[in-house]
Amino acid sequence: MTTELSSDVTTEESAPVEGAAAEPQLTDQGWTHRDMLDLDTCSRSDIEAVLTLADRMREILDRRIPRVPALRGYTVVNLFYEPSTRTRVSFELAGKVLGADVISVSASTSSVVKGESLIDTVRTLRAMRADAVVMRHSMAGAPYLAAQHTDASIINAGDGAHAHPTQALLDLYTMRRAVGDLTGKKVVMVGDIAHSRVARSDLWGLAAMGAKVVVCGPPTLLPLGMRAGDRPGHAESALPPVSIETEIDAAIEGADVVMALRLQSERQEGGLLPSMHEYATHYQVTAERLARANPDHLLMHPGPKNEGIEIAGDVAGGSHSIIEDQVTNGVAVRMALLYLLSGRVDPADTDGEVRS
Amino acid sequence: MSTLAIHNGRVIDPALGQDGIADVVIVDGRIARVGPNEGDMVIEADRIDATGLVVAPGFVDLHTHLREPGAEHQETIASGTAAAARGGFTTVCAMPGTEPPLDSRAAVESVLREAEASAAVRVLPVGCITSNRAGELLAPAGELAGAGVVALTDDGQAVADPNLMRHALQYSTRFGLPVAQHPEDPALVRGGQMHEGWVATRLGLRGRPASGEATMVARDIALAELTGAHLHVCAVSTAGSVALIRAARERGAHITASVTPHHLTLTHERVAFSESYDQIHYDSSAKVFPPLREESDLEALSDALRDGVIDAIATNHAPVSDMEKEIEFDLAAPGISGLETAFGLAMRLVTDGQLSLNTLIERLTIGPVRAWSLDRQSGLEGLGTLAPGAVGDVALVDPASEWTVEPESFASLGHNTPLAGERLQGRVVATVVDGQVVHETAAVAAL
Repeated sequence: MTTELSSDVTTEESAPVEGAAAEPQLTDQGWTHRDMLDLDTCSRSDIEAVLTLADRMREILDRRIPRVPALRGYTVVNLFYEPSTRTRVSFELAGKVLGADVISVSASTSSVVKGESLIDTVRTLRAMRADAVVMRHSMAGAPYLAAQHTDASIINAGDGAHAHPTQALLDLYTMRRAVGDLTGKKVVMVGDIAHSRVARSDLWGLAAMGAKVVVCGPPTLLPLGMRAGDRPGHAESALPPVSIETEIDAAIEGADVVMALRLQSERQEGGLLPSMHEYATHYQVTAERLARANPDHLLMHPGPKNEGIEIAGDVAGGSHSIIEDQVTNGVAVRMALLYLLSGRVDPADTDGEVRS
Repeated sequence: MSTLAIHNGRVIDPALGQDGIADVVIVDGRIARVGPNEGDMVIEADRIDATGLVVAPGFVDLHTHLREPGAEHQETIASGTAAAARGGFTTVCAMPGTEPPLDSRAAVESVLREAEASAAVRVLPVGCITSNRAGELLAPAGELAGAGVVALTDDGQAVADPNLMRHALQYSTRFGLPVAQHPEDPALVRGGQMHEGWVATRLGLRGRPASGEATMVARDIALAELTGAHLHVCAVSTAGSVALIRAARERGAHITASVTPHHLTLTHERVAFSESYDQIHYDSSAKVFPPLREESDLEALSDALRDGVIDAIATNHAPVSDMEKEIEFDLAAPGISGLETAFGLAMRLVTDGQLSLNTLIERLTIGPVRAWSLDRQSGLEGLGTLAPGAVGDVALVDPASEWTVEPESFASLGHNTPLAGERLQGRVVATVVDGQVVHETAAVAAL
């Protein structure tokens, strides 16, 4: 039977959790992903499924006692090879709100040197009956390697400069909550696009949702081959469509959403930028520059922010900023994703009815 | 007296301009006669029926990593030369990036001793340019030449310091040794995992720009012209490098070059995609330095190979263990185990009409021999040819035979190839070194 997710009632008639885990109720027209490695494999309807379910999750999260047993008996391991506070905590909370068992492991790539390979580690976790492994790694592609060697769900929580799909999902969710349908909306990302896994995943997600995307940054921080003309005709679909702009005022003109990306000081040390000050002079998102955007524009930042570098403090805390919403929504979106990956949801129910 | 008669094959010997049905008779390890029905005159002989097959001089590889001593889990002299035999290679130039590296007489002699004991094919060692391949002090080129090296290289580690490279080139002229560079500027490619371009962008991997190769090729050519030395550019991979080498050769500089079968046939897309662009993977079996490049580079490379601007196909056979590949892409060891697939993969240029079979065989035989004057350096008369009196090294190939690449059945300990499961057309069916059969497929053995 179908009930609302509930924090206070667990009826015996509820779908047996163990049975549901053993036999995922997946249908071919619905959610079929076992892993969440990046949004490049997600259709618009896949993304809609997460965002719609995230609305229900957000409602649970806003309850006085945000706790439901939807993922009782489901084990989530956060395997973090790279330090992270916000993403790890966000996943921990997402799992716990849904009643899953969540374990966080700080792994080190030095274990590789000691002979414990990534493959060994994920196989070991699976042997201990982990259902999902949330993985953060400093090297691009690490979650892909893991996914090849286990049937646990692998969730990419950031792999090197490659992808960060749950951040992109929460960005999409936050944008959609604030402006509705994203079709035709102008979204501008400013900053270190070349090294940003957030930007890469956002580009796929925004393309799927029909937004027009402009990326803006100094030439040394823009990725190569992004312009369709930079790659052979047969590979046109191999990267999401995007406009590239090195001049921030031109980029922001008429924007519906402006997202500033974190600038890491390593970029200066690596000789990619003359100085943080020079970067701020040419690329800081300021109130003056935002005056060129759509008057109802939204301001976003995936965090952690360097106020005074990529974003001015007054606009970060200003009325257009939805940066804190992004953080709260991150938990809701990750709840939705864990739930979908658990196979405990009938895709037909993603309009809000969830079996517990 | 031992005699081997290879009957009725299509004998292709580019050095002698020969292409026709003939018998090849090898007596006591040397080519005795090549001609129609010559084999019939021989009474007591081992015989191979080569009807329908191509009989070529044994292939010569300028760029083989045998890994011994120091990394015997990746390859040994025995396993690497067995792989060479399977690939039709009868002579391999062993790279000095071993542990210890081949930067002293003792190290070179130990490789030669082991080769004497266990190698299936000829091993010609290559010495280091700098001591311990550290790029700081010149290795003793005279001592190395005396021990029998046929060239100098710091292997995968390019000599970064231009002044040191200048002196290495200058010094080498005294001993007539080519200085071979694997030309990627360490500063430009540092941390890079694959070709810099749209595929690296898609994967979020740090790139190795094509210009990282071209800048060093340009520098080395200028230094070779300054010193009058012989520079060999290993594993050319970009159109930019090709243009520089072509221009330098036209000016008369002593520049030679080789290219791998994989750089001629595979692009950087191989790292990320198999069938569609919807789904990516991180295929570390296609991780190799220099990296697989773009379609336009492949075209420039095959043009240069056809024109002779590139002298030789060399494998850059770089076997590594499965464990060193089945890890994070950034950590995975670069390299392709290439000896056993070299002919079949390079044959794609022939089946695509970009290269004649005769030119392909030229670039696998007399091309590399001339590039490094290997016959003179090794004292092996007629190496790379089937001239009477030449060493009795022969490759028998079936250019039409199709086969499937099965890495687990390689003779090489390195199963690392991006070609696993792929069909190749063109197969080495038997290999003869010094008149002795060192490899034959079941089909030939049964005859």
